[in-house]
Amino acid sequence: MVAHALKSSTGVEIDIRGVSHRFDLEGAPLPVLNRINLTAERGEFVALLGPSGCGKSTLLRLVAGLEPPSEGEISADGVKISGPHPSRVVVFQDPTLFPWRNVRDNVALGLEAQGLLKSRGARIEETLRLVGLDGFAKAYPHQLSGGMAQRVSLARALVNDPDVLILDEPLGKLDSLTRLTMQGEIVNLWRRAGFTALLVTHDIEEALLMATRVIVFSERPATIKADIAWDKPYPRHRDDPDLVARRREILGLLGLDASW
Amino acid sequence: MSILTSTEAPPTGRARRALSGGLSLGGLSRAGLAIAAGGGWLLFAFITLHWPDLGDWGRGEETALAATLFGAAIILAGAIGVFHEPVAARLRRFTPWFLALGVFFSVWQATTAKFAVLPQPFFPPPHALVEVFCDDWSKLAISVAASIKLELFGFAAGAGAGFVIGVLLGWSRAFGYWVHPVMRLIGPMPSIAWLPIAFFAFPSSWSASIFLIGLTTAFPVAVLTWSGVASVNSAYYDVARTLGASPAFLVFKVAIPAALPHVFVGLFMGLGASFAVLVTAEMMGVKAGLGFYLQWAQGWAAYANMYAALLVMSLMCSGFVTLLFRVRDRLLSYQKAEVQW
Repeated sequence: MVAHALKSSTGVEIDIRGVSHRFDLEGAPLPVLNRINLTAERGEFVALLGPSGCGKSTLLRLVAGLEPPSEGEISADGVKISGPHPSRVVVFQDPTLFPWRNVRDNVALGLEAQGLLKSRGARIEETLRLVGLDGFAKAYPHQLSGGMAQRVSLARALVNDPDVLILDEPLGKLDSLTRLTMQGEIVNLWRRAGFTALLVTHDIEEALLMATRVIVFSERPATIKADIAWDKPYPRHRDDPDLVARRREILGLLGLDASW
Repeated sequence: MSILTSTEAPPTGRARRALSGGLSLGGLSRAGLAIAAGGGWLLFAFITLHWPDLGDWGRGEETALAATLFGAAIILAGAIGVFHEPVAARLRRFTPWFLALGVFFSVWQATTAKFAVLPQPFFPPPHALVEVFCDDWSKLAISVAASIKLELFGFAAGAGAGFVIGVLLGWSRAFGYWVHPVMRLIGPMPSIAWLPIAFFAFPSSWSASIFLIGLTTAFPVAVLTWSGVASVNSAYYDVARTLGASPAFLVFKVAIPAALPHVFVGLFMGLGASFAVLVTAEMMGVKAGLGFYLQWAQGWAAYANMYAALLVMSLMCSGFVTLLFRVRDRLLSYQKAEVQW
């Protein structure tokens, strides 16, 4: 078994306090987030749902430290987030693998950037095995399918033992079959490793299959419309009547209950 | 009977092998082409020996002997190819060119040394070039070595400077503020225009030429490196930053590798432009190199030497480009090569 490949992190608590954010579009400020308060407990799997362009991906960028919020503060276990840190790793919608590096070297990126390649390089092979890509270490990104590339990008994140895994629509561009497989795989990785997970998705069913808590956002500028605790045991099934009922409820919150 | 109109089933694997490997119509026609190609070279040899030269050129016999041997080798290879597919396959690639060259040399020989259709002495015959290569090879070799040395130093200096300038332009706003206007002003100007100034401003004509070749190379390399660095997908930086990358890591491990395909376009353009400066500098000031050899040959009205030097020069330039493409293919092996040089 490869369970030992992931350090048992207990995750961190992410505390978002009064966060508002604006983009500066040719002088006119465009507000995208409006006073968001949200605390993700250690080891929680929080899904962020909302209409397209509502600002949920922006919130993830702020948590990752890629940008500072216009107002408010975000902290991890009480420490203010002031920039990116390898303990909070992002998996983006595009795998954004570096085409000039093979799979192994792409996964090694974080360790190399932190100068840990010598001491922890052995973890690369373990992590590749964990995402089912042992044997592909020498392959180049252009030789991989979309699902394989996204698995590499997952391995590139996990090899750093993150306390928070930030998932920005990671399955958004995959075909539906690969998507179903990877939803289960990500949940399994999370259950083994115990990190805190934040997932942005457009797919209500995906949120209800994976997360322990679902946050529903309003239109831009985003406010929190609903905060749904969802403590169902895994594995979950998409035709479970509770899940179907929740799905309808959330569709209603998004103003889509009349749709089919 | 044509295969297309035949109602029989297509030949099976064994039958097809028999068709292509054994004595077949296709095999014989290929052999016929080889015989024609070899014949072209024998004709060239015959013309060279049979008719007397109108002028005084040496190495006619040696040229005819070499052409005879080459023509015979083509015919022999064609004959072997009828029975032995690998030889036929290799020969097939080149036979049309062998044939064309044989005819070309025959016509060249007839129209110059034999009937002087082309005005003499401006168009020397093929064996006059052979004479130059046989009797003046040491001077040619010294010239080639001097040209290669000058080109290598100048190109390396220019490529290095252009690369550094390009990366800094793409990375630093302050550097761009000062350097971009200067580059816009000086870059597009042909560096040959600096030549009169360069020859008295520098301690030697050699160092002046290094400067001019470097300047020519640096401009396209800087512009393309800059555009390469500027067009790096910003998501690459986001990924690297969340994984703990330092600014140096972002430059050396993200921006530069991502910009390399652009850089090589710049290097290719710079290399092409640098040849023009190399030859001009050698003709105008440097007392060595193929440009100087050309100049010297013109002074003595040694036309065969000029053509020989041109041939060597084209091989040298082509060699440099080949070398650059090899390096590129090695460094960018992760890409699928689109153009085979």
